[in-house]
Amino acid sequence: MITFILRRLLIAIPTLVVISLVVFLLLNLAPNDPMAQVPLTVPPEVKQKMREALGLGQPIHVQFLKWLIQFFWIEPQVFIDYLFNTTFSEGKQRIISWQTRSPVMDIVVQRLPQTLWVVGMSYVVGILIALPIGLYSAYKQYSIFDNVGTFVSMIGYSVPPFFSGVFVIVIFSVQLGWLPSIYDTTHSVVDWETFKFQIKQMIMPVMVLALQTTAQINRFMRSASLDNLNQDYVRTARAKGLTEWTILTVHVLRNSMIPVVTVIAINVPYIFGGALITEQVFKVNGIGHQLIGAIYANDLPTVQTITFMFAFLIVSFNLIADIIYGLLDPRIRYD
Amino acid sequence: MIDQENKENIGSLYRDVWDQFKKHKGALFGGVVFLTIIIAVILGPFLWPFEANAIDIRSRNQGPSFIHPFGTDQLGRDTLARMLAGGRTSIAVGLCAMVLTIFLGTFIGVTAGFYKRLDGPLMRLTDLFLSLPLLPLLLVMMLLFREPLSSAYGPERGMFILIVFAIGITSWMPTARIVRADVLALKEREFVLAAIASGSSNSLVVRRHILPNVLSAILVSATLAIANGIITESALSFLGLGFPPDFPTWGRLLNDAVDYLQQYPERVFWPGLLISLTVLSVSYLGDGLRDALDPRMRKR
Repeated sequence: MITFILRRLLIAIPTLVVISLVVFLLLNLAPNDPMAQVPLTVPPEVKQKMREALGLGQPIHVQFLKWLIQFFWIEPQVFIDYLFNTTFSEGKQRIISWQTRSPVMDIVVQRLPQTLWVVGMSYVVGILIALPIGLYSAYKQYSIFDNVGTFVSMIGYSVPPFFSGVFVIVIFSVQLGWLPSIYDTTHSVVDWETFKFQIKQMIMPVMVLALQTTAQINRFMRSASLDNLNQDYVRTARAKGLTEWTILTVHVLRNSMIPVVTVIAINVPYIFGGALITEQVFKVNGIGHQLIGAIYANDLPTVQTITFMFAFLIVSFNLIADIIYGLLDPRIRYD
Repeated sequence: MIDQENKENIGSLYRDVWDQFKKHKGALFGGVVFLTIIIAVILGPFLWPFEANAIDIRSRNQGPSFIHPFGTDQLGRDTLARMLAGGRTSIAVGLCAMVLTIFLGTFIGVTAGFYKRLDGPLMRLTDLFLSLPLLPLLLVMMLLFREPLSSAYGPERGMFILIVFAIGITSWMPTARIVRADVLALKEREFVLAAIASGSSNSLVVRRHILPNVLSAILVSATLAIANGIITESALSFLGLGFPPDFPTWGRLLNDAVDYLQQYPERVFWPGLLISLTVLSVSYLGDGLRDALDPRMRKR
C-alpha cells in the first residue's frame, strides 16, 4: 500500500509543476499589458521602472521560478508563522495583488470561509439526498420512482446554475419575499434570530449547488447499486433469509459505496468551479467572486494564484480518490 | 454483387438503429424538440417582422402582447426576435464547438489507440488537461485574447472564434479516452488484423475499419459536446466575459435580464428555459442514441 501511495504521489508532483507552468505561461505570454491603464503622460523610463517594480522586467523563467518559490516556500512559511508565532517569513517577498497591494493569500483567507460554508454544506446536502435516492432507484429499477429520479437528474444536468439560481431568486425573493436574494457575509451568528437569518440566506445557494451534486452522485449510486444487486452474494443473503433492509444497507450499500466514494472525492474541486457561478448569482463574497473580480481588474498575481489553487485541489483530490479506492478495494492496488 | 449486398446490410443496420431509437420515447421527443429549436432559430429571424437590435424606445418595457408575444426590453427591442437571434448564436457556438471537440478527441483517441508508442504521452496529456481548472482558465482566456481577436476579426466574429476554440480545446478529453478504449479493443479484432496482414496502409485501416466502428461512441460524445458547448457559452456570457453586450445570445440575454430582476422578473424566464430545454433535449437524444447504437442494450 505504501508503494502504491508513493507511486501516485510521484505522478502528482510533475503534473502539478506542468500545470503551474501552463497557468503561468498562459497569463504571461498573453498579449496584454498591465501598464495599459497608466496615462500616456507618464514618461517611458518611469513606466519601465514600474514594470520592474511589478517584477515584469526579468526573463520569463526567472519570473516562473520566483513565483514557484513564493507559492510553495514563502506562503507556507507565513502560514506557519501565523500558527506558531514564529518569524520564518520576515522580510520575504509574498505574492502581492496588483489590485489591493496586499498579499493575495490574506484576501484568499478572508474569502475562503464563505465559499467553504456554502460549497461544503451544499456538497454534504447533495450527497445525503443522492445516496438513498440512487439506492432505491436501483432497487426498484424502471419503477415510477426510478423514472422520476432519472428525470430529476436530467434536469439537474441540463439546468445551468445561473438559471436555477436566478429562478429561485425570482420565486422566493421577488415574488414571495421569503428569502434574501443577496448573501450577507458580514452577518455573524450570535443568537437564535441571527441563526435563523443565516439559515435563510444559505438555503438558496446551497440548494442550487446541491441539485447539481445530487444529479451526478445519484446516477453513480444507481448504477453501482444495480451492479451489486445482481451479484451472487445478494442472492446468498436472500437465501439465508435476511430482511431486504439488511441486504440493502449492509451488503449492497457498503459495496456500492466503493466507486461512489471515489466519485465524491474527485468531484470536490469541480464543485468549486460551479460555486464560481453560484457565488456570482447570489453575490456570495467568496473565492470565486474574488477570482472574477481579479479577472475583470486584470490582476494577474491573484488570478494566477487562485487558478493554481483550483488546480492544486483537483490534483490532490484525484490523489485522495486513488488512495481511497486502493484502501477500499484491494483489487485496485496493483503492486 | 458484393457491393449490392453491402448496401443492403448498411441500409438494414441504419433501419435497425432507427427502430431501436424510436422505442426510446424520451430520445424521440428530445430529437423532435432539438430539431424544432434549430429550425426555429434558422428560419425565425427571416419570418418574424422585428429586428433583434431595432430600438423602439416608445414601446419599451412592455409585457406580453399580440404584437410582442414575449414583451419588449428596456430599449423597446422585441424579446422574441432577440430570443431567435440569440438562439442562432448559442446553437451555432454549440455545434461548432462540438465539431472541434469531436475532431480533436477522435484524432487524439485514434492516434493514441492505434500507435502504441504515442499512447503513453498522449494519455498523459489527456490526464494533464483533465487536471486543469477549466472554468477559471476559460475565463482567463476570454480576458486575455478578447482584444487581439476582436481587432483582427471584428468584435463578433473574433469572439465567436475565441469561444469556439476555447471550448473545443478544453473539452476533447472524455471523447479521446472513450475513442482510445474502443480503438484498443478493435485493434485486436480479426478483421483489423486481416486488413493489416493484407498490406493495407495505416490510414486506410483507420478510415475503412476503425472509424466506422467507433462512430457510435463518437455520436454519443457529440451530443454531450453540444450540450456542454451551449452551457459553457451561456456561462461565459452570463459572467460578462462572452459576446459583446449588444450581441444577443441566450446567456447574454439572461445576464441582461438579471439587472431588471426586481421590476421585470419574467424576463429571465425565456432565455433560461430555452437553454435548459435545448440541453435537456440534446441529453435525451444522446441517451437514446447510446441505447440504439449499442447492441448489448437491445436485449432489455
